[in-house]
Amino acid sequence: MTTQQTSRHAAPVIASHTRQLGAPQAAWLVAEREISTKLRSKAFLISTGVLLLLVLGAVLFSGIASNVGGFDGPTKVAVVAEAAEVGEQLSPDAFEVTEVANRAAAEQAVLGEKVDAAIVTGGEGPIGLTVLGSDSTPIGLVQALSATPQVELLNPTTENPMLAYFIAIAFGIVFMMSAMTFGTTIAQSVVEEKQTRIVEILLATVSARSILAGKILGNSILALGQVVAIAALTSVGMLATGQDLLLGELGTALIWFAILFAFGFVLLASLYAALASLVSRQEDVASAVSPVMWLVMIPYIAIIVFNTNVKVLAIMSYIPFSAPVGMPMRLYLGIAEWWEPIVSLGILFASIAVVWWLGARIYERSILRTGAKVKLKDALTAKE
Amino acid sequence: MIELHSITRSFGDRRVLEDVTFSVAGGRMTGFVGGNGAGKTTTMRIILGVLAQGSGTVTLDGQAITVGDRSRFGYMPEERGLYPKMKVAEQLVYLGKLHGLSAVAAKGEVDDLLERLGLTERANDTLESLSLGNQQRAQIAAALVHRPIALVLDEPFSGLDPMAVDVVLGVLRDYAAQGVPVLFSSHQLDIVERLCDDVTVIGGGRILATGSREALRAEHSGREFEIELTGDAADAGWVRDQVGITLTHLDGGYARFEAESDAAAQAVLARAVAGSTQTLEAPGAVGSAAVTQVLRFGKLTPSLAQIFKEVVQ
Repeated sequence: MTTQQTSRHAAPVIASHTRQLGAPQAAWLVAEREISTKLRSKAFLISTGVLLLLVLGAVLFSGIASNVGGFDGPTKVAVVAEAAEVGEQLSPDAFEVTEVANRAAAEQAVLGEKVDAAIVTGGEGPIGLTVLGSDSTPIGLVQALSATPQVELLNPTTENPMLAYFIAIAFGIVFMMSAMTFGTTIAQSVVEEKQTRIVEILLATVSARSILAGKILGNSILALGQVVAIAALTSVGMLATGQDLLLGELGTALIWFAILFAFGFVLLASLYAALASLVSRQEDVASAVSPVMWLVMIPYIAIIVFNTNVKVLAIMSYIPFSAPVGMPMRLYLGIAEWWEPIVSLGILFASIAVVWWLGARIYERSILRTGAKVKLKDALTAKE
Repeated sequence: MIELHSITRSFGDRRVLEDVTFSVAGGRMTGFVGGNGAGKTTTMRIILGVLAQGSGTVTLDGQAITVGDRSRFGYMPEERGLYPKMKVAEQLVYLGKLHGLSAVAAKGEVDDLLERLGLTERANDTLESLSLGNQQRAQIAAALVHRPIALVLDEPFSGLDPMAVDVVLGVLRDYAAQGVPVLFSSHQLDIVERLCDDVTVIGGGRILATGSREALRAEHSGREFEIELTGDAADAGWVRDQVGITLTHLDGGYARFEAESDAAAQAVLARAVAGSTQTLEAPGAVGSAAVTQVLRFGKLTPSLAQIFKEVVQ
């Protein structure tokens, strides 16, 4: 190709050693620059470090809390002498037993807040014991004393509403933080090129679509990298703190979270880039991308509010923007069939195709129009 | 050679280019001049394919220009732009790679260029830490990093001190000497006059004049002549009385005049020469120390600035 071109143009005496790049190569070069620039930014490295530390802290905290059985340490229980036998049967991990002389002493201990609860003899129940509490029923103790049949879990789980709630928040936060971090990065990068006009030099070399694709690719790789790092850290942390049972349940959900997030981010990144290309100054980026900001925040809020609502979760798990949060949540709760994440991914792919087409159209038509904000309608309808 | 044939372009209802036709010959520096909003930048963007033309064609060596050709052009846009926070050498290597150079070739090319432009010491500084003049040099390096087969430079000399102008000029001349077509626009008409081989003047989206610098000057030179006499009491006032002559400017021994014909102009010269001979041969005939000599006589060629004003009006 090179020799062909050189012979075609009589003029260039200069030994030409350039070859025209294909669109994928050009996009990859752009992506590479996005990644290396970001990885060298101190602010980014620090904030990522802090985020990972927070995740690790949360995992360790949850591990310690679940091992100890509560945040306040063992429940202090006073037991009258007649019921000493009962006291001995209580698990020493969960209960700290003190023996008292009689019911009066027990009452005093409870009221004086020396103990959380007390066990005295007597009462109407079949077990002939009464539990004394201060202002609320000491549920843990009552459960421990209840004559419950032996339970054998054939499908053991640590699932409980509180944990589900925290996991919902975790998916929501990681999704929102990563999407916003890298969405903002891509938006600023688009405007930087537009503001400094280097995009004109780039456009003289490679197509607008290659530039846009490279930016989306680069930032998606970064975002996915961050999410994978968080997932890996969570897994390792859980194994280290003996939460392997929880990890077993969360495993599939985590993998699907990473997959759906990666492609969901491509969708968001296209929108971020397209909207950012409408403005010419960094100061205007925030207002330009605010619509897509909502698309990022709504799944986060919805998952917190509706983390127990099966119907809403089902809908969320198929909407491209909230699927990365909704589907893993359903997988964790065990209320999604195996094929559902695949269908959701299919819907996501179709949406990416549409949004990419729209985004590229907006980007191509507004990236050279500096000055006042380009109207979205103009960007979509204008002749190139 | 880059040729533009009947290029038109509108933005909305506003027609910004109308039937723009001119060529940029290989091996020659072509100056592109025009007022603000005349259409220079739009024309250059169309040559580079950054903008699409409404109608008309751009050809390179007689064939329709392709994306592949354009990716091998060197372009310096009017609005300067490189990444402010990226190191100079690094972004030039990046641009080289985008143009299709291998990493190694790009690195070598960048080192050479920075050396020639006197930027080697700043290679690892961020662009924003450079002085404006050095940023401008980096910008020129960005247009040259891939050894372009054609150069299109929008205002390459603005913001450069005279030393830097010479450095950049030297680099550009090297390219032209290798047969590369070089098109550059400038508001500094004196620089264009000094540097370019060919000139194209655009105004209101139309090409007003195009051709070699000499041809344009000859074409726009009128019937105006000048003569300068030197001597203690040199006075060219007598020119006023010559037949077929209209005096336009007189300042002691210097006179500018319009001549109806070349013969009338020659008559002025003859009289001046005769007068000086006379005075030399017969000292004291006109005045005690009145020795006058013809210092200069010639047809006035307009400066580019004058031609520009003339064609733009």
